[in-house]
Amino acid sequence: MEKILEKRIDTMQLDPMIPLRAKVKKIFWETEDVFTFELVYDEENRRDFSFKPGQFNMLYSFGVGESAISISSDSDKHGSVLHTIHKVGYVTSALSKLKKGDIVGLRGPFGSSWPLDITKGRDVCIIAGGLGLPPLRPAIYHIFKHRKQYGKVTILYGARSPRDIMFPVELEAWKKKHDVQVEVTVDRADSTWRGHIGVVTTLLSYTELDPEKTTAMICGPEIMMKYTVDELMKNNISDKNIYVSLERNMKCALGFCGHCQYGPSFVCKDGPVFSFSNVTDIFEIREL
Amino acid sequence: MEDLSGILKNHPFLKDLDENYLQQITSCASNVVFKENDIIFKEGDEAKSFYLIRSGKVALELNGREKGNVRILTIGSGQILGWSWIVSPYKWHFEAHALEDVNAIALDGKCLREKCEEDPKMGYEMIKRFTQILEQRLRSTRMQLLDVYGKS
Repeated sequence: MEKILEKRIDTMQLDPMIPLRAKVKKIFWETEDVFTFELVYDEENRRDFSFKPGQFNMLYSFGVGESAISISSDSDKHGSVLHTIHKVGYVTSALSKLKKGDIVGLRGPFGSSWPLDITKGRDVCIIAGGLGLPPLRPAIYHIFKHRKQYGKVTILYGARSPRDIMFPVELEAWKKKHDVQVEVTVDRADSTWRGHIGVVTTLLSYTELDPEKTTAMICGPEIMMKYTVDELMKNNISDKNIYVSLERNMKCALGFCGHCQYGPSFVCKDGPVFSFSNVTDIFEIREL
Repeated sequence: MEDLSGILKNHPFLKDLDENYLQQITSCASNVVFKENDIIFKEGDEAKSFYLIRSGKVALELNGREKGNVRILTIGSGQILGWSWIVSPYKWHFEAHALEDVNAIALDGKCLREKCEEDPKMGYEMIKRFTQILEQRLRSTRMQLLDVYGKS
Protein backbone atom coordinates (compact mmCIF):
# COMPACT_ATOMS: atom_id res chain seq x y z
CA MET A 1 0.00 0.00 0.00
CA GLU A 2 2.84 2.35 0.98
CA LYS A 3 4.57 1.72 -2.34
CA ILE A 4 1.37 2.41 -4.25
CA LEU A 5 0.97 5.64 -2.33
CA GLU A 6 4.58 6.71 -3.01
CA LYS A 7 4.08 6.01 -6.68
CA ARG A 8 0.90 8.07 -6.66
CA ILE A 9 2.70 11.01 -5.05
CA ASP A 10 5.51 10.79 -7.60
CA THR A 11 2.96 10.88 -10.41
CA MET A 12 1.26 13.87 -8.84
CA GLN A 13 4.56 15.69 -8.49
CA LEU A 14 5.28 15.08 -12.12
CA ASP A 15 2.00 16.60 -13.20
CA PRO A 16 1.92 20.27 -12.23
CA MET A 17 -1.77 20.48 -13.13
CA ILE A 18 -2.78 18.22 -10.24
CA PRO A 19 -3.16 20.01 -6.90
CA LEU A 20 -1.79 18.41 -3.76
CA ARG A 21 -3.77 18.52 -0.54
CA ALA A 22 -2.42 21.04 1.95
CA LYS A 23 -3.71 21.62 5.45
CA VAL A 24 -4.32 25.02 7.02
CA LYS A 25 -2.07 25.04 10.08
CA LYS A 26 -2.64 28.64 11.14
CA ILE A 27 -4.55 31.72 9.99
CA PHE A 28 -3.50 35.26 10.94
CA TRP A 29 -5.59 38.29 10.04
CA GLU A 30 -3.10 40.99 9.05
CA THR A 31 -5.73 43.70 8.45
CA GLU A 32 -9.51 43.87 8.09
CA ASP A 33 -9.41 42.12 4.70
CA VAL A 34 -5.96 40.55 4.43
CA PHE A 35 -5.07 37.24 6.03
CA THR A 36 -2.10 34.89 6.04
CA PHE A 37 -2.37 31.11 5.80
CA GLU A 38 0.32 28.83 7.08
CA LEU A 39 -0.02 25.64 5.03
CA VAL A 40 1.51 22.22 5.50
CA TYR A 41 1.10 19.26 3.19
CA ASP A 42 -1.25 16.73 4.72
CA GLU A 43 -0.15 13.30 5.92
CA GLU A 44 -0.82 11.57 2.60
CA ASN A 45 1.67 13.55 0.59
CA ARG A 46 4.10 14.98 3.10
CA ARG A 47 7.05 16.65 1.41
CA ASP A 48 9.11 19.80 1.70
CA PHE A 49 8.09 23.12 0.30
CA SER A 50 10.80 24.54 -1.87
CA PHE A 51 10.51 27.84 -3.72
CA LYS A 52 12.45 30.91 -4.74
CA PRO A 53 11.56 34.39 -3.43
CA GLY A 54 9.03 35.98 -5.80
CA GLN A 55 7.36 32.75 -6.92
CA PHE A 56 3.69 31.91 -6.41
CA ASN A 57 1.44 28.92 -5.82
CA MET A 58 -2.03 28.18 -7.17
CA LEU A 59 -4.40 27.71 -4.22
CA TYR A 60 -7.60 25.78 -4.85
CA SER A 61 -10.70 26.27 -2.77
CA PHE A 62 -12.65 23.06 -3.41
CA GLY A 63 -15.80 23.65 -5.41
CA VAL A 64 -15.03 27.34 -5.91
CA GLY A 65 -11.85 27.73 -7.92
CA GLU A 66 -8.15 28.45 -8.03
CA SER A 67 -6.22 31.64 -7.49
CA ALA A 68 -2.56 32.56 -7.95
CA ILE A 69 -1.13 33.66 -4.61
CA SER A 70 2.44 34.77 -4.03
CA ILE A 71 4.47 33.12 -1.29
CA SER A 72 5.27 35.38 1.65
CA SER A 73 7.42 33.12 3.82
CA ASP A 74 11.14 32.45 4.22
CA SER A 75 12.39 30.29 1.34
CA ASP A 76 14.93 28.65 3.66
CA LYS A 77 12.17 27.19 5.87
CA HIS A 78 10.73 24.14 4.18
CA GLY A 79 8.24 22.66 6.67
CA SER A 80 5.39 25.01 5.83
CA VAL A 81 4.60 27.88 3.54
CA LEU A 82 2.88 31.25 4.09
CA HIS A 83 0.48 32.93 1.72
CA THR A 84 -0.80 36.44 2.43
CA ILE A 85 -4.15 36.90 0.73
CA HIS A 86 -6.39 39.87 0.02
CA LYS A 87 -10.02 38.90 0.37
CA VAL A 88 -11.39 40.42 -2.84
CA GLY A 89 -13.06 37.79 -5.06
CA TYR A 90 -14.94 34.47 -4.89
CA VAL A 91 -11.88 32.28 -4.40
CA THR A 92 -10.13 34.46 -1.86
CA SER A 93 -13.41 34.99 0.04
CA ALA A 94 -13.91 31.22 0.14
CA LEU A 95 -10.31 30.75 1.32
CA SER A 96 -10.87 33.34 4.04
CA LYS A 97 -13.65 31.21 5.53
CA LEU A 98 -11.43 28.17 6.03
CA LYS A 99 -10.42 27.16 9.52
CA LYS A 100 -7.40 25.48 11.07
CA GLY A 101 -7.24 21.89 9.84
CA ASP A 102 -9.20 22.54 6.64
CA ILE A 103 -7.76 21.39 3.32
CA VAL A 104 -6.90 23.41 0.21
CA GLY A 105 -5.49 22.25 -3.10
CA LEU A 106 -2.02 23.54 -3.86
CA ARG A 107 -0.01 23.58 -7.10
CA GLY A 108 3.37 25.16 -7.47
CA PRO A 109 5.68 26.88 -7.04
CA PHE A 110 5.49 28.66 -10.38
CA GLY A 111 7.13 31.58 -12.12
CA SER A 112 10.32 33.59 -12.06
CA SER A 113 11.95 34.95 -8.93
CA TRP A 114 13.61 38.12 -7.67
CA PRO A 115 17.18 38.45 -9.06
CA LEU A 116 18.94 37.78 -5.76
CA ASP A 117 21.87 35.93 -7.30
CA ILE A 118 22.85 38.51 -9.90
CA THR A 119 22.31 41.28 -7.33
CA LYS A 120 25.07 39.98 -5.06
CA GLY A 121 27.63 42.72 -4.43
CA ARG A 122 25.15 45.45 -5.40
CA ASP A 123 22.97 47.86 -3.43
CA VAL A 124 19.33 46.81 -3.23
CA CYS A 125 16.33 49.11 -3.07
CA ILE A 126 13.08 47.30 -2.34
CA ILE A 127 9.97 49.34 -3.00
CA ALA A 128 6.57 47.94 -2.07
CA GLY A 129 3.08 49.36 -2.18
CA GLY A 130 0.14 47.92 -0.23
CA LEU A 131 -0.05 44.17 -0.77
CA GLY A 132 3.19 44.32 -2.73
CA LEU A 133 5.12 43.71 0.47
CA PRO A 134 4.21 40.00 0.94
CA PRO A 135 5.75 38.90 -2.42
CA LEU A 136 8.90 40.84 -1.52
CA ARG A 137 9.17 39.53 2.04
CA PRO A 138 10.95 36.28 1.03
CA ALA A 139 13.55 38.39 -0.82
CA ILE A 140 13.99 40.57 2.28
CA TYR A 141 14.46 37.47 4.47
CA HIS A 142 17.02 36.14 2.00
CA ILE A 143 18.98 39.41 1.92
CA PHE A 144 19.00 39.64 5.73
CA LYS A 145 20.21 36.04 5.97
CA HIS A 146 23.01 36.70 3.48
CA ARG A 147 23.52 40.34 4.43
CA LYS A 148 27.26 40.47 3.70
CA GLN A 149 26.65 39.50 0.07
CA TYR A 150 24.79 42.78 -0.59
CA GLY A 151 25.71 46.45 -0.38
CA LYS A 152 23.41 49.15 0.95
CA VAL A 153 19.87 47.87 1.54
CA THR A 154 16.86 50.17 1.49
CA ILE A 155 13.22 49.20 1.99
CA LEU A 156 10.57 51.76 1.05
CA TYR A 157 6.96 50.86 1.77
CA GLY A 158 3.72 52.71 1.11
CA ALA A 159 0.29 51.74 2.40
CA ARG A 160 -3.17 53.22 2.22
CA SER A 161 -3.42 54.11 5.92
CA PRO A 162 -1.69 53.08 9.18
CA ARG A 163 -4.19 50.27 9.77
CA ASP A 164 -3.49 48.85 6.27
CA ILE A 165 0.25 48.43 6.86
CA MET A 166 1.36 44.85 6.27
CA PHE A 167 3.62 43.17 8.85
CA PRO A 168 3.95 46.28 11.11
CA VAL A 169 5.79 44.39 13.84
CA GLU A 170 8.39 43.10 11.39
CA LEU A 171 8.78 46.53 9.80
CA GLU A 172 9.54 47.99 13.22
CA ALA A 173 12.09 45.22 13.85
CA TRP A 174 13.71 45.82 10.45
CA LYS A 175 13.93 49.57 11.22
CA LYS A 176 16.02 48.74 14.27
CA LYS A 177 18.67 46.93 12.21
CA HIS A 178 21.75 49.09 11.78
CA ASP A 179 22.50 47.91 8.23
CA VAL A 180 19.20 48.62 6.52
CA GLN A 181 17.18 51.78 5.91
CA VAL A 182 13.44 51.30 6.23
CA GLU A 183 10.97 54.09 5.46
CA VAL A 184 7.20 53.70 5.65
CA THR A 185 4.59 56.13 4.38
CA VAL A 186 0.81 56.14 4.17
CA ASP A 187 -1.51 57.92 1.76
CA ARG A 188 -3.76 59.17 4.54
CA ALA A 189 -3.70 59.31 8.30
CA ASP A 190 -5.09 61.18 11.27
CA SER A 191 -3.05 63.20 13.72
CA THR A 192 -2.13 60.18 15.85
CA TRP A 193 0.20 58.94 13.06
CA ARG A 194 3.73 60.30 13.51
CA GLY A 195 5.25 58.76 10.38
CA HIS A 196 5.43 59.91 6.77
CA ILE A 197 2.34 60.83 4.74
CA GLY A 198 2.50 60.86 0.97
CA VAL A 199 2.91 58.40 -1.88
CA VAL A 200 5.70 55.86 -1.77
CA THR A 201 7.81 57.71 -4.37
CA THR A 202 8.23 60.60 -1.91
CA LEU A 203 10.36 58.26 0.20
CA LEU A 204 13.01 58.21 -2.51
CA SER A 205 14.04 61.69 -1.39
CA TYR A 206 15.10 60.25 1.98
CA THR A 207 17.70 57.94 0.51
CA GLU A 208 20.63 58.31 -1.82
CA LEU A 209 20.76 55.65 -4.51
CA ASP A 210 23.93 55.07 -6.49
CA PRO A 211 22.64 54.63 -10.07
CA GLU A 212 25.61 52.45 -11.01
CA LYS A 213 25.33 50.10 -8.05
CA THR A 214 21.62 49.89 -7.30
CA THR A 215 19.14 47.19 -8.25
CA ALA A 216 15.51 48.04 -7.51
CA MET A 217 12.80 45.45 -6.88
CA ILE A 218 9.26 46.81 -7.00
CA CYS A 219 5.91 45.25 -6.24
CA GLY A 220 2.52 46.90 -5.87
CA PRO A 221 -0.38 48.13 -7.97
CA GLU A 222 0.73 48.69 -11.57
CA ILE A 223 0.14 52.44 -11.47
CA MET A 224 2.29 52.68 -8.34
CA MET A 225 5.04 50.71 -10.11
CA LYS A 226 4.82 52.98 -13.15
CA TYR A 227 5.36 56.13 -11.07
CA THR A 228 8.12 54.45 -9.09
CA VAL A 229 9.95 53.35 -12.24
CA ASP A 230 9.65 56.93 -13.59
CA GLU A 231 11.23 58.31 -10.43
CA LEU A 232 14.02 55.72 -10.42
CA MET A 233 14.82 56.44 -14.05
CA LYS A 234 14.90 60.18 -13.26
CA ASN A 235 17.60 59.18 -10.77
CA ASN A 236 19.50 57.54 -13.65
CA ILE A 237 18.85 53.96 -12.60
CA SER A 238 18.85 51.83 -15.74
CA ASP A 239 15.74 49.83 -16.68
CA LYS A 240 18.02 46.76 -16.72
CA ASN A 241 18.45 47.15 -12.98
CA ILE A 242 14.77 47.62 -12.19
CA TYR A 243 12.59 44.55 -11.58
CA VAL A 244 8.81 44.55 -11.26
CA SER A 245 6.37 41.83 -10.26
CA LEU A 246 3.24 41.77 -12.39
CA GLU A 247 -0.15 40.31 -11.64
CA ARG A 248 -2.61 38.89 -14.15
CA ASN A 249 -5.56 36.51 -14.08
CA MET A 250 -3.96 33.05 -14.27
CA LYS A 251 -5.48 29.65 -14.92
CA CYS A 252 -2.96 26.95 -15.79
CA ALA A 253 0.12 28.76 -14.38
CA LEU A 254 2.26 26.92 -16.94
CA GLY A 255 1.98 29.07 -20.04
CA PHE A 256 -0.48 26.73 -21.81
CA CYS A 257 -3.81 28.50 -21.57
CA GLY A 258 -2.83 32.05 -22.47
CA HIS A 259 -4.99 33.77 -19.83
CA CYS A 260 -2.04 35.76 -18.55
CA GLN A 261 -0.45 36.56 -21.88
CA TYR A 262 1.48 39.82 -21.67
CA GLY A 263 2.71 40.82 -25.10
CA PRO A 264 5.15 38.10 -26.14
CA SER A 265 5.35 36.71 -22.59
CA PHE A 266 3.21 34.83 -20.12
CA VAL A 267 3.13 36.31 -16.64
CA CYS A 268 2.83 32.86 -15.04
CA LYS A 269 5.81 31.33 -16.82
CA ASP A 270 8.10 34.21 -17.82
CA GLY A 271 7.07 36.33 -14.80
CA PRO A 272 5.71 37.34 -12.43
CA VAL A 273 9.10 39.00 -11.88
CA PHE A 274 10.35 40.79 -14.99
CA SER A 275 13.34 42.97 -15.63
CA PHE A 276 11.79 46.28 -16.58
CA SER A 277 14.01 46.38 -19.66
CA ASN A 278 12.01 43.39 -20.96
CA VAL A 279 8.62 45.05 -20.54
CA THR A 280 9.42 48.73 -21.10
CA ASP A 281 7.65 48.87 -24.46
CA ILE A 282 4.48 47.15 -23.30
CA PHE A 283 4.20 48.43 -19.73
CA GLU A 284 2.33 51.55 -20.86
CA ILE A 285 -0.19 49.68 -23.00
CA ARG A 286 -3.39 49.68 -21.01
CA GLU A 287 -5.10 46.83 -22.85
CA LEU A 288 -2.42 44.28 -21.94
CA MET B 1 30.68 74.92 11.57
CA GLU B 2 29.21 75.03 8.08
CA ASP B 3 28.10 78.50 6.99
CA LEU B 4 24.77 79.32 5.39
CA SER B 5 26.01 79.37 1.81
CA GLY B 6 27.65 75.95 2.34
CA ILE B 7 24.41 74.52 3.71
CA LEU B 8 22.40 76.00 0.84
CA LYS B 9 24.86 74.74 -1.75
CA ASN B 10 24.50 71.19 -0.45
CA HIS B 11 20.72 71.22 -0.22
CA PRO B 12 19.20 69.06 -3.02
CA PHE B 13 16.87 71.89 -4.07
CA LEU B 14 19.77 74.20 -4.89
CA LYS B 15 22.12 71.56 -6.27
CA ASP B 16 24.35 72.85 -9.12
CA LEU B 17 22.99 76.38 -8.83
CA ASP B 18 25.14 79.15 -10.27
CA GLU B 19 27.47 80.59 -7.59
CA ASN B 20 26.21 84.16 -8.16
CA TYR B 21 22.61 83.12 -7.65
CA LEU B 22 23.61 81.20 -4.56
CA GLN B 23 25.13 84.34 -3.07
CA GLN B 24 21.96 86.31 -3.81
CA ILE B 25 19.84 83.62 -2.19
CA THR B 26 22.13 83.41 0.83
CA SER B 27 21.53 87.11 1.49
CA CYS B 28 17.82 86.28 1.95
CA ALA B 29 18.43 83.22 4.16
CA SER B 30 18.48 82.58 7.89
CA ASN B 31 18.72 79.55 10.13
CA VAL B 32 15.53 78.61 11.97
CA VAL B 33 14.62 75.98 14.52
CA PHE B 34 11.14 74.75 15.40
CA LYS B 35 10.30 72.61 18.38
CA GLU B 36 8.08 69.55 18.13
CA ASN B 37 4.40 70.60 17.86
CA ASP B 38 5.25 74.21 16.91
CA ILE B 39 2.95 75.72 14.30
CA ILE B 40 5.24 76.94 11.49
CA PHE B 41 2.51 78.73 9.58
CA LYS B 42 -1.27 78.89 9.48
CA GLU B 43 -3.74 78.82 6.59
CA GLY B 44 -4.56 82.35 5.45
CA ASP B 45 -1.47 83.98 6.97
CA GLU B 46 0.92 85.90 4.77
CA ALA B 47 3.48 83.57 3.14
CA LYS B 48 6.58 85.51 4.09
CA SER B 49 9.12 82.71 3.67
CA PHE B 50 9.74 79.23 2.47
CA TYR B 51 11.89 76.63 4.12
CA LEU B 52 14.59 74.19 3.14
CA ILE B 53 14.24 71.41 5.69
CA ARG B 54 17.57 70.14 7.04
CA SER B 55 16.27 67.73 9.66
CA GLY B 56 13.00 66.78 11.32
CA LYS B 57 9.54 66.29 9.95
CA VAL B 58 6.71 68.74 9.20
CA ALA B 59 3.04 67.88 8.63
CA LEU B 60 0.94 69.87 6.19
CA GLU B 61 -2.69 70.01 7.21
CA LEU B 62 -5.80 71.29 5.51
CA ASN B 63 -8.63 72.57 7.62
CA GLY B 64 -11.63 70.52 6.56
CA ARG B 65 -13.92 72.74 8.70
CA GLU B 66 -16.48 70.28 10.17
CA LYS B 67 -14.04 67.41 9.41
CA GLY B 68 -11.31 69.08 11.41
CA ASN B 69 -7.70 69.22 10.29
CA VAL B 70 -6.79 66.65 7.64
CA ARG B 71 -3.12 65.73 7.41
CA ILE B 72 -2.21 65.53 3.73
CA LEU B 73 1.56 65.37 3.48
CA THR B 74 4.70 65.22 5.53
CA ILE B 75 7.88 66.97 4.51
CA GLY B 76 11.29 66.03 5.80
CA SER B 77 15.00 66.38 5.42
CA GLY B 78 16.14 67.59 1.99
CA GLN B 79 12.66 68.76 1.00
CA ILE B 80 11.02 72.14 0.49
CA LEU B 81 8.24 73.54 2.66
CA GLY B 82 6.07 76.22 1.08
CA TRP B 83 5.60 77.68 -2.36
CA SER B 84 2.94 80.32 -1.66
CA TRP B 85 5.67 82.98 -1.33
CA ILE B 86 5.98 82.93 -5.13
CA VAL B 87 2.28 83.03 -6.05
CA SER B 88 0.18 86.13 -5.51
CA PRO B 89 -1.54 86.94 -3.11
CA TYR B 90 1.20 85.23 -1.07
CA LYS B 91 -1.05 83.53 1.50
CA TRP B 92 -0.59 80.06 2.98
CA HIS B 93 -3.17 77.51 1.87
CA PHE B 94 -2.30 74.97 4.54
CA GLU B 95 -1.19 74.77 8.12
CA ALA B 96 2.27 73.39 8.83
CA HIS B 97 3.31 72.04 12.15
CA ALA B 98 6.45 70.37 13.36
CA LEU B 99 6.04 66.66 14.14
CA GLU B 100 9.59 66.58 15.46
CA ASP B 101 12.22 69.21 16.25
CA VAL B 102 13.00 70.83 12.90
CA ASN B 103 16.15 72.53 11.65
CA ALA B 104 15.62 74.54 8.49
CA ILE B 105 16.82 77.45 6.42
CA ALA B 106 14.16 80.13 6.02
CA LEU B 107 14.27 82.14 2.81
CA ASP B 108 12.61 85.53 2.89
CA GLY B 109 10.01 85.52 0.11
CA LYS B 110 9.86 89.28 -0.42
CA CYS B 111 13.64 89.55 -0.55
CA LEU B 112 13.85 86.69 -3.04
CA ARG B 113 11.02 88.03 -5.22
CA GLU B 114 12.82 91.36 -5.48
CA LYS B 115 16.05 89.67 -6.51
CA CYS B 116 14.19 87.57 -9.08
CA GLU B 117 12.60 90.74 -10.52
CA GLU B 118 16.02 92.37 -10.76
CA ASP B 119 17.60 89.31 -12.39
CA PRO B 120 15.03 87.49 -14.56
CA LYS B 121 17.53 84.70 -15.37
CA MET B 122 17.78 83.89 -11.70
CA GLY B 123 13.99 84.25 -11.46
CA TYR B 124 13.56 81.74 -14.28
CA GLU B 125 15.96 79.32 -12.58
CA MET B 126 13.95 79.53 -9.37
CA ILE B 127 10.67 79.07 -11.25
CA LYS B 128 12.06 75.98 -13.00
CA ARG B 129 13.08 74.45 -9.69
CA PHE B 130 9.80 75.26 -7.98
CA THR B 131 7.81 73.98 -10.95
CA GLN B 132 9.45 70.59 -10.47
CA ILE B 133 8.38 70.58 -6.83
CA LEU B 134 4.84 71.61 -7.81
CA GLU B 135 4.67 68.94 -10.51
CA GLN B 136 5.82 66.25 -8.06
CA ARG B 137 3.29 67.36 -5.44
CA LEU B 138 0.50 67.49 -8.04
CA ARG B 139 1.35 63.98 -9.29
CA SER B 140 1.51 62.69 -5.74
CA THR B 141 -1.85 64.23 -4.88
CA ARG B 142 -3.39 62.64 -7.99
CA MET B 143 -1.94 59.28 -6.98
CA GLN B 144 -3.44 59.69 -3.51
CA LEU B 145 -6.80 60.53 -5.12
CA LEU B 146 -6.60 57.30 -7.15
CA ASP B 147 -6.54 55.38 -3.88
CA VAL B 148 -4.34 52.77 -5.57
CA TYR B 149 -4.28 50.42 -2.59
CA GLY B 150 -8.08 50.37 -2.20
CA LYS B 151 -10.25 47.50 -3.42
CA SER B 152 -10.58 47.61 -7.19
